[in-house]
Amino acid sequence: MDELMDFAEVLERFDPVLGLEVHVELNTASKMFCGCATAFGAAPNTQTCPVCLGLPGTLPVLNGKAVESAIRIGLALNCEIASWCRFARKNYFYPDMTKDFQTSQYDEPIAYEGHVSVETGGVVYEVPIERAHMEEDAGKLVHVGGATGRIEGAEYSLLDYNRAGVPLIEIVTKPVFGTGDRAPEVAREYVADLRDMVRALGVSDVRMEQGSLRCDANVSLMPKGSDTLGTRTETKNLNSLRSIERALRYEIRRQGAVLAAGGRVTQETRHWNEAGGYTTSGRSKEQAEDYRYFPEPDLVPVAPSREWVAELRATLPEPPAERRRRLTTEWGFTEAEMRDVQGAGALDLVLATVVAGAPPAAARKWWVAELARRANETGTDLDGLPITPAQVAAVQALVDAGTVNDKLARQVIDGVLAGEGDPAAVVAARGLAVVSDDGALGVAVDAAIEANPDVADKIRAGKVQAAGALIGAVMRTMGGKADAAKVRELILTRLS
Amino acid sequence: MSADILRATAAELSSELAAGNVSSVEVVTAHLDQITRIDEDVHAFLSLDAGRALDRARHIDAARAAGEALGPLAGVPLALKDVFAYRGLPTTCGSRTLENWVPPYDATVTRRLADAGLIILGKTNMDEFAMGSSTENSAFGPTHNPWDLDRIPGGSGGGSAAAVASFMAPLAMGTDTGGSIRQPAAVTGTVGVKPTYGGVSRFGLVALASSLDQGGPCARTVLDAALLHEAVAGHDPRDSTSIPAPVPPVVAAARSGDVSGMRIGVVSELGGEGYQDGVEVRFNEALVLLQKAGAELVEVSCPHFAYALAAYYLILPAECSSNLARFDAMRYGLRIGDDGTHSAEEVMSASRGAGFGEEVKRRIIIGTYALSSGYYDAYYGSAQKVRTLIRQDFERAFAEADVLVSPTTPTTAFRIGERIDDPMAMYKNDLCTIPSNLAGNASGSFPCGLAPEDGLPVGLQVMAPAMADDRVYRVGAALERELSAIWGGTVIDQLADSTAGDYLGVSREGVL
Repeated sequence: MDELMDFAEVLERFDPVLGLEVHVELNTASKMFCGCATAFGAAPNTQTCPVCLGLPGTLPVLNGKAVESAIRIGLALNCEIASWCRFARKNYFYPDMTKDFQTSQYDEPIAYEGHVSVETGGVVYEVPIERAHMEEDAGKLVHVGGATGRIEGAEYSLLDYNRAGVPLIEIVTKPVFGTGDRAPEVAREYVADLRDMVRALGVSDVRMEQGSLRCDANVSLMPKGSDTLGTRTETKNLNSLRSIERALRYEIRRQGAVLAAGGRVTQETRHWNEAGGYTTSGRSKEQAEDYRYFPEPDLVPVAPSREWVAELRATLPEPPAERRRRLTTEWGFTEAEMRDVQGAGALDLVLATVVAGAPPAAARKWWVAELARRANETGTDLDGLPITPAQVAAVQALVDAGTVNDKLARQVIDGVLAGEGDPAAVVAARGLAVVSDDGALGVAVDAAIEANPDVADKIRAGKVQAAGALIGAVMRTMGGKADAAKVRELILTRLS
Repeated sequence: MSADILRATAAELSSELAAGNVSSVEVVTAHLDQITRIDEDVHAFLSLDAGRALDRARHIDAARAAGEALGPLAGVPLALKDVFAYRGLPTTCGSRTLENWVPPYDATVTRRLADAGLIILGKTNMDEFAMGSSTENSAFGPTHNPWDLDRIPGGSGGGSAAAVASFMAPLAMGTDTGGSIRQPAAVTGTVGVKPTYGGVSRFGLVALASSLDQGGPCARTVLDAALLHEAVAGHDPRDSTSIPAPVPPVVAAARSGDVSGMRIGVVSELGGEGYQDGVEVRFNEALVLLQKAGAELVEVSCPHFAYALAAYYLILPAECSSNLARFDAMRYGLRIGDDGTHSAEEVMSASRGAGFGEEVKRRIIIGTYALSSGYYDAYYGSAQKVRTLIRQDFERAFAEADVLVSPTTPTTAFRIGERIDDPMAMYKNDLCTIPSNLAGNASGSFPCGLAPEDGLPVGLQVMAPAMADDRVYRVGAALERELSAIWGGTVIDQLADSTAGDYLGVSREGVL
């Protein structure tokens, strides 16, 4: 187990420097260089053809839609768009690469020199963007027979080339300085913002758990007062926003301990273990791999016209920060409330819930309080929960109609999350509707009054707040399924 | 009848087939018989497809009988270099690595041949992955030059040229990365054209060097080459480097052969020291004939051609090292060491070690080195600059001349084994042909006689600007016409009717 230094202690001595590489898998109908489908979850090797299998003699043809998506992402990141750029071959041998080179962009990215603002804890951080470039994804290796699902200890490995050639945009930041003890949150917020932005562009599903948004987090520690960058590590296998934050916090503490003990940080890839909450050493990058990049001779240069770029600029959605400001006002939230929404990664979900008819405050309450807790428990991101904004809005509608109370509504949500169907179906199947007919409630109220004569006397004497005890008794009798307002009304009528 | 069929040009077969004087089945059968009779000696073919060829011939004959509209070459047989993907037959590229690999798809060229009704007899021998100038680098043994079976037929497309020169096929498809169509044509007395880069689709052509490779026709006459060129050329959306423009009027140019008023530039750098006397003699005679036909001769200088060979042997290995990376034994091809005790990396390494020949390994190693970090600028980067300078040399020269000419090769066919241990001597075969690959312009080789000292064919190279392929054919046709007027036939007719060509069994009594 790694030695760890207290986070606050590390921050007293060092400044963390971040570098984030985000891969966004585009949702184009076909792959980057061939006509194969890109749908997630298809049976292995059913979405392949001679081109993406790299068979001898085949040639790539660039997907125009992928270029369009790349340019729109670049524009949304406030990047310059290259007027002429090329693909390059990144040469390395690995069984998941059908050609044993990846067709990527190297020194001529489609988009470069951008920036985005990220807000956390009420402070705005500027994240400089180095580049956003186009590349193809590799196939997937499935290691069978080992304990960890990783190659170490596996008996054999299976190859699925469905993903080979799926278009990716890699977004690389420049080193991000000055985030201090907020470094893990800034990283998380940056990726959350990027995810919201890309989703708003409609160019990717950006589902971290499915790998359509992947983040490699680089961090190094720079001694306070120094301007020399420390040795960085690159942490992979970050499958949620939460794991980005946790992994960076871990790495900062680990590196702090290494440096404090007089050691040196090894430049390497680290693997995040979500269940254990720690990173382990992967490939060492001390000996930099030589990818022998050279311009891809099978493709012609990409030269987007200025007119086209201008047209695409006109299709950009509202920038996330502006959108947040607008929605804060529209929904009547405080800035703190909006920060909570943003922090939970719930902005789009709340918006969709409001659009589906829920009052903004209710939508916020469900997502930020109730559902965020459950996501936390299951270790997924909010949008990974099996409940839709429309279903949340339906739960709130049941509350507003008095069909269920808040407590029952939570059980309705349990049912939806358990896959029992829409809220109305869960209410019916579980018998969760509150009882509000005077007959049944009246009997329970009468029984409660009879059983608690002293309380009844107090109410008769004008101590209306004592009614709570009787309401509680009725609720117990009714198994929680009573309409509390109605019960109160019946009690007060009887004892006035 | 059989000898007549074999001696006939593709154009002649085309009209005989159209007139119903001969059937495609007869034509195909005659050629298959010729292959059976002599290919043991020549070894032009790596695989034969007799059954399917005859089926297709029957199909074409039936279609013709039914009055269907057919292309000019429908029913004419052809030999396909073993570098084009063709379903149902192995595509070996002359390599152990791909010995048993049968592609599950057709190359665009293959498909266009089928669409035109051409009938593929089989696949022809080549230097492994098209690396070589003698076909000696084939993993399956060398091809022999029909003019002298002890000599090389050129390379890498020696199989295609030899098949055509020995009357086993009237037409063949080749590929040319640094001269692999033109140099074999020159040393076998046949016609070979490298179209403008992007003129013929590379989809389904197993890549050697992507920015240099180009498929093209091999034939015994200029018109035949043009007919085949027209059948396979044209834009292909599956090849991003394919040119979206109409095919230059090559057939019309081959029929016309009119060079009157044409300015023919003689490249002063391509001749002199290192060139065989007999080659220069025949080349200069050809120039006189072209002048007589109305062309104007001018001398042009292309000073950077001197660096072409050096630049080529950096760019080609660099691209080839990457293109051939995919032969890693993981999905297809030769696999060595897969016994459960070796890692994927070890299997890759062992398979590549066993599957590739010496020349292939040499070029992969050179290319890997040239692209390495720290060496890229000095090698690959500099080579690309030379490439630009060569392109500019061509531009300047084409301002002074409509076409450029040179000998195709410095020497006639050498003996098998003579240069196999001297890569530099081997590379120099391509001295004259490489500049056109680097610049991407059109270029062809045409027979211009036999060298007096060894009686072996000499080729004249015609180079034209990109997408002016028709000029190549125009000059080739003029030369063919002038030479035939003197000799009463083509250069290859001299082989067919000589005692050296007796074994071919196609001699015409009474001809020369």
